[in-house]
Amino acid sequence: MRLAFTEDQQLFRETVRDFLDANCTTEQLRAAWAADSAVSARWGELAKIGVTGLVVPEEQDGLGLTDEELSAVLESAGYAALPEPLLESAVAAGLLAEFAPDAGWLERIAAGDAVASVLLPGQPFAIEAAAADVLVIGTEDGEIHVVNPADCTLTAQRSVDRSRKLSAVAFTPAPETLVASGPAAAAALARAADRGALGAAALLLGLTRRMLDMAVEYAKQRVQRGVLIGTHQSVQHHLANVLIKLEFARPVVMRAAYSLARDLPSAARDVSMAKIYAGEAADLAARNALQVHGAIGYTEEHDLQLFMKRAWALGAAWGDAGHHRARVAADLLGDAPAPLTPAF
Amino acid sequence: MDLEFSPKEQEFRQEVRSWLAANVPATPLPSMDTEEGFRLHQEWEKKLFDARWAVVSWPKAYGGREAGLTEWLIFEEEYYRAGAPGRVSQNGIFLFAPTVFEFGSKEQQDRYLPKMASGEEIWVQGWSEPEAGSDLANVRSRADRDDERGGWVLNGQKIWSSRGTYGHRLFGLFRTDPESKRHHGLTYFMVDLASAGVTVRPIPQLDGEPGFAEVFLDDVFVPDADVLGGPGEGWKIMIATTGSERGLNLRSPGRFLAPADRLLELYKERGNGDQVLRDAAVQAWMDAEAYRLFTFGTVTKLLDGGQIGADSSINKVFWSQMDVELHATALKLLGGYGELDEGSPDAVDGARWLDGFLFALGGPIYAGTNEIQRNTIAERILGLPRAK
Repeated sequence: MRLAFTEDQQLFRETVRDFLDANCTTEQLRAAWAADSAVSARWGELAKIGVTGLVVPEEQDGLGLTDEELSAVLESAGYAALPEPLLESAVAAGLLAEFAPDAGWLERIAAGDAVASVLLPGQPFAIEAAAADVLVIGTEDGEIHVVNPADCTLTAQRSVDRSRKLSAVAFTPAPETLVASGPAAAAALARAADRGALGAAALLLGLTRRMLDMAVEYAKQRVQRGVLIGTHQSVQHHLANVLIKLEFARPVVMRAAYSLARDLPSAARDVSMAKIYAGEAADLAARNALQVHGAIGYTEEHDLQLFMKRAWALGAAWGDAGHHRARVAADLLGDAPAPLTPAF
Repeated sequence: MDLEFSPKEQEFRQEVRSWLAANVPATPLPSMDTEEGFRLHQEWEKKLFDARWAVVSWPKAYGGREAGLTEWLIFEEEYYRAGAPGRVSQNGIFLFAPTVFEFGSKEQQDRYLPKMASGEEIWVQGWSEPEAGSDLANVRSRADRDDERGGWVLNGQKIWSSRGTYGHRLFGLFRTDPESKRHHGLTYFMVDLASAGVTVRPIPQLDGEPGFAEVFLDDVFVPDADVLGGPGEGWKIMIATTGSERGLNLRSPGRFLAPADRLLELYKERGNGDQVLRDAAVQAWMDAEAYRLFTFGTVTKLLDGGQIGADSSINKVFWSQMDVELHATALKLLGGYGELDEGSPDAVDGARWLDGFLFALGGPIYAGTNEIQRNTIAERILGLPRAK
């Protein structure tokens, strides 16, 4: 029994963290907010350290790694609020690897030459659809299509987190876009949804840590009535409560990664627990970090908002708490079938 | 990561499970805080000890099995799943023993540990005083040197001493340097409660039973042989013990996994489709599971040579809150039956949920209140400046 990332996994996480510390600054995040697409030259740099091809099979030039490594790396991506669609690309890559391994997309994703995005049944919007080179779409009737975004009608939306470039996607399914249907497609879509929820949970862990770090730093230097606000128990307890949530969410997310990487029977339930716990941690981190910062945290000028808004968006994306609680409850109490595909 | 148990560990689980299935009393024992219940719980401890299940992680020489942390977790899961009696010796075997192993002399270990493990001698905490609760450094009970008799004369008052009413020996801090302040000048003593000058006043707890007591010491002589470590080293030694109280040792995941499973059953029987209680029951189950996973992480860290340290404060806040919520949910599921105490003809499951609820309410208070724990988390882990 061992609940810890391996040294290699930790090293990968730290490498990405160090890279993003230098190459995904809050100034760069603000630039991503202002641009039409959040995808920048950084995507190619991430490819060089293996990140874009992390789950791409080795035969297609990827690292062929699992949801364990993916979640470790996504935690670092969350810490930086990386604006590129790393998670969505990984979910798309998983489906491409299963149903369209020879289409050439996987090699290009691994090389950082292509951006993939995904739209699963129940998801209202796709991220970066306009900038993506390929879109993997799961339809409500369980078909999987690989689509050129240029052939879709995209209706751009404006997320509260302006770096999330969302679009509604209308497309006409055609025989030449269809890559899978039937039970195999349904199972793959369910697994893709679980990968998305797990990845969102890992991103939320990183976001939680970032917001906590910011609030702790602020509480250590902000003086009011002649004392550091961090000496007040009310402030201390706000931040201690966030750390408790975070420390209990992390092993839950790690276990979900372990289960999903091995396709264990409990994987869907474990993933749902992970999304619930990480979502709650991030939600509390956002609220308490905002409260500790006070009015300055309420401004657009302060960087806290970049992380809070991502946390809010990801809390609801890939199944909100209600959806995942229903899945856990159905599994535990056995009185209602757990929905295979999420209604996001 | 590897979240499977090895074949050897699974074999160990089977062995524990079989023994418990054959030996756990069919009807629950009376409360360990009644005279009869205390005696019956001591007998149960003896039975465990004779089969070498009382202290699985201890050295074989003292009746243990030298079980590793993972096996200890397995033992605890099975123990509570089997509905086995509460551990009347827990403050000795889980809290005090690690300190004796670390700081006690060989002579002291030989003298105390076997009777502690067999339940023959039940150990009682002597930390708090009327003016020293969460602020333990404010200890005023003192010990004066008696060179003639080769020991110390103790005077003062201890309070909230669990198992104090029927227990046999007390461990706690006394001020040996009258000029000292705060955590300096304190010494760790072990006191035979049958000594002349000891008066024990039982204090009924919320459940009506005298689970703890006030202990008055009036010129009580304690020989040098019953001092743990050296004079003035008490605080350092005490920190080692409270670490185990908050952290891994006292509250194993097994203690929460079993009632969480029972809570789901209770919901299925009595939930009547109530969505609020359904969510609460599922939350309690998930929290117990999260606590198990968190503990796996802690065990991994320890096996890698790490320390728990202030992380035990994170742990303590979590399990104590979880325990209260879990039992509060059960009482809500029982509706009008929830208030029925033991002895009511219509009490459900011998009123165990009410009993568990009342017990759980102490969790956020004892072993350092959760407010103190949050201060510790903020200052020692997050690095915030000290609270004024």
